Amino acid sequence: MSAALTSGPVIEAAGVVKTLGSGAGTVQALRGVDLALGSGELALLMGPSGSGKTTLLSILGCMLKPSAGTVTVGGQATEGLDAEALARLRRANIGFVFQSYHLFPTLTAAENVRLALDVRGHPGRAARAKASAALAEVGLAHKEKSFPRELSGGEQQRVAIARAIVGNPSAILTDEPTAALDGENGQAVMTILARLAKAGGRGVLAVTHDTRLLPFADRVIHIEDGRIRHRQASTPKEAEPRV
Amino acid sequence: MPLVVTLALRNLLHDRLRLAATLIGIVLSIVLVTVQMGLYLGFGRMVTVVIDHASADLWIMTRGGTSFEGPSVLEMKDRDSALATEGVERATPVVTGFADWRRPGGALTPVMIVGIDLNSPALQPWSIVEGRLESLMVTGAVGVDRAYSDRLGVSRIGEKAEIRQRPVSVALLTDGIRSFTTTPYVFMVVDDARAVTGLPPTKTSYLLLRLKPGANLESVRASLLEKIPQAEVLTSQQFAERSRNFWLFSTGAGAALFAGMLLGVIVGTVIVAQTLYASTKEHLNEFATLRAIGSSRSYMCKVIVCQAAVSAVIGFAIAALLALAVVWATAGSALPIIITPGILAALFVLTVVMCIGAGLAAIVRVMRVDPVVAFTR
Repeated sequence: MSAALTSGPVIEAAGVVKTLGSGAGTVQALRGVDLALGSGELALLMGPSGSGKTTLLSILGCMLKPSAGTVTVGGQATEGLDAEALARLRRANIGFVFQSYHLFPTLTAAENVRLALDVRGHPGRAARAKASAALAEVGLAHKEKSFPRELSGGEQQRVAIARAIVGNPSAILTDEPTAALDGENGQAVMTILARLAKAGGRGVLAVTHDTRLLPFADRVIHIEDGRIRHRQASTPKEAEPRV
Repeated sequence: MPLVVTLALRNLLHDRLRLAATLIGIVLSIVLVTVQMGLYLGFGRMVTVVIDHASADLWIMTRGGTSFEGPSVLEMKDRDSALATEGVERATPVVTGFADWRRPGGALTPVMIVGIDLNSPALQPWSIVEGRLESLMVTGAVGVDRAYSDRLGVSRIGEKAEIRQRPVSVALLTDGIRSFTTTPYVFMVVDDARAVTGLPPTKTSYLLLRLKPGANLESVRASLLEKIPQAEVLTSQQFAERSRNFWLFSTGAGAALFAGMLLGVIVGTVIVAQTLYASTKEHLNEFATLRAIGSSRSYMCKVIVCQAAVSAVIGFAIAALLALAVVWATAGSALPIIITPGILAALFVLTVVMCIGAGLAAIVRVMRVDPVVAFTR
């Protein structure tokens, strides 16, 4: 299950400014951010609370519109697109993994994964097969029929990853993917994300506070007060932790 | 089963208390609407019960006649004119009018006299449970329905009473000939009916016409109107329709029934809307996630519409069973509630429309859901 290869960045932001609120309560969350996420790359976006990480992730994920600047996803500029067009762009290009998993409690693991195909208009037997393959890819083939309440936090996050990749997006955006997990499960989740980036040719951008994840990153981007402070290539990975 | 239906069904079953509240709302609403509709149909049939049981192609009556119980006076010579019209095989006089019935104990109660010609099949009492039709030939013999035994103070053949100081004797008992006005019908021969209603022998209330086979109804009617210009000539269907319109709409009875139906729909819509909205609010994070992963608005709409439709199907099934029980329970009563397969089908459509309409508030809420919520919660 590898994403379609793109020659340029899978997501690119240029001069992105985001102003939140109005009047006296106005906050400039982003102050001219440039960022490009390449295919096959796992980048970590780090910074203190309130630095603009989640705002930037929301803009890159086409959920928020920038006040100024441009965002290009899969080669398409988002400027001027309405909410429905942005939703189409998301489902065609981006998979999301959330801190709190956001699985549907009334659906099984397989159904949760199939949902991402269903919203793309791909129901039926082929969707079932793809969902099974995605769950197998994150090592949960044996948990297809389990409901979220029957899964551990790490397993739920892996189901969320399966849901993010089943539609074969070129980018995966994830917000604190390991924050709710213990060390072992956090490592397992990051190993999967790293593999998806490398083997799947996807661009993976993870917002995190967790410095234990640094070994998995190809690049670390630091953001502070709405500005990218510096970018650094990560240290070489010592070992690929097992899933 | 499509995943969207699975999601809707599981969301509903997830909170069974809320589902129960939704279903109670739907059931109450639909049973109320069904009963009102059934009453409307029941009233409608009662209003036209005599017309429906008459064997007539055309009714001649006073111009502007409102219903079978309404005033109508024709000249008997009009009968000759009718019989002389090409295509008319039979013209039977029927005399109607209100009179006072004095019970054996002396109390008075109003009755509706129906004077018939026993030699003609145009109109005769039906559903006879005691006595014979021919026994009405005897002067003072009457036929009454046993549903009104208490009102009339008679319950058996041979029992006596008085109509306008004239002695009458029960010679015939029927079962199920009930009057919409609640005034009991009393069947007797035309001559006796004239005597107790004060109608002279030269007059009649109605003329019931049977046409010859192959006769053209419209041309016969046109000829009749030419010969009897002061009268009105209606088919049985037209007369029944006019009677229904008079009793159910001119009197306000139908409006009251429709108001009851409307109330039922409003109550059901409000309850279902409230529970669907509450359920949607509870699952707002899930809808935000759906939106975040790229769901279109129409897909999210589909989830709510499916929830509403599933509620409608379950609610209707329960309501239909209850309504059929009400029909069964009232079948032998003075006011039977009538439900036809067509009514049931219409009620099913109404239930689905009502539930989906009730989902509008939830749909509007979901349309506004911000996908960013998935990142921030």
